[in-house]
Amino acid sequence: MLAAAAATVSEGPARMVVGGIGLEGYLTVAAILFVIGIFGIFVNRRNVIIILMSIELMLLAVNINLVAFSAHLGDLVGQVFTLFVLTVAAAEAAIGLAILVCFFRNRGTISVEDVNMMKG
Amino acid sequence: MGLTVFAFYVFACVAVASGLLVVLARNPVHSVLWLILTFFSAAGMMVLMGAEFVAMLLIIVYVGAVMVLFLFVVMMLDVDFAELKRGLAEYLPVGALVGLVLVIELMLVFGYWIFADAAPQAREAVMPAPADVPNTHALGQIIYDQYILVFQLSGLILLVAMIGAIVLTLRHRTDVKRQDILAQIYRERAVDLKDVEPGQGV
Repeated sequence: MLAAAAATVSEGPARMVVGGIGLEGYLTVAAILFVIGIFGIFVNRRNVIIILMSIELMLLAVNINLVAFSAHLGDLVGQVFTLFVLTVAAAEAAIGLAILVCFFRNRGTISVEDVNMMKG
Repeated sequence: MGLTVFAFYVFACVAVASGLLVVLARNPVHSVLWLILTFFSAAGMMVLMGAEFVAMLLIIVYVGAVMVLFLFVVMMLDVDFAELKRGLAEYLPVGALVGLVLVIELMLVFGYWIFADAAPQAREAVMPAPADVPNTHALGQIIYDQYILVFQLSGLILLVAMIGAIVLTLRHRTDVKRQDILAQIYRERAVDLKDVEPGQGV
């Protein structure tokens, strides 16, 4: 099936080879990084900082996917989109860390299990 | 084995290994440092794919700004991180199960997929050959032309994030003494005039 896909694409002017490795190599690395991010959220249930880092890891995996498809299809819009994903991720990290600092000042801990002030 | 293939495998292995260490490191400072290594190897992979601009952006903006912010917050918060790590063994089976299921699903997707027939034709901005225009040049032409509105909006998002972060963390501490210049100037009898008789002194 992959050979069929390659044949379909090679008809167009798209560059087939992404740095000597097929698209699948990059997609595999991105998928593994994404799963590591999800795994990290599950494993570090208490530590918000590690959860934020896991989210960064997942966004990085998405960016690798976008760039890989952009290079494979020869379409630059993928890289433009990567740029915007980076922007939003940076904003998210800044706000998340600000909330974290705020929470730590109020409660003296960053454990997720203690975030129940609004429960009533 | 070509050099690029070798470089890809090195970058991929380093990225996956350091990604795992981000999640499993005991000390969050080490986690941040491993995450920086992950970003560096991802940037290396992007260079291999011919996306130099995004790679440099990843290193300069992400490692240079966002990761330093993470490091700053981790070092600033005085938390007992060993206590937070306590439930790791308890959550590990669930996390491993979810991860395994996701990996299997993704591998199933990779095992059978083809491009849509119209995909190569539907490309919006065809990537120029590296000899014609450098990657950065081409990206600039697209961003400042077709995507100018989205570009401006992303700047707006950053502005909102900046204001939000400042508003969230700003606080007026009452237990700190500060200089109040106006009060100093208007102080009663700050300067006292004395009529000194000659030869007698004050």
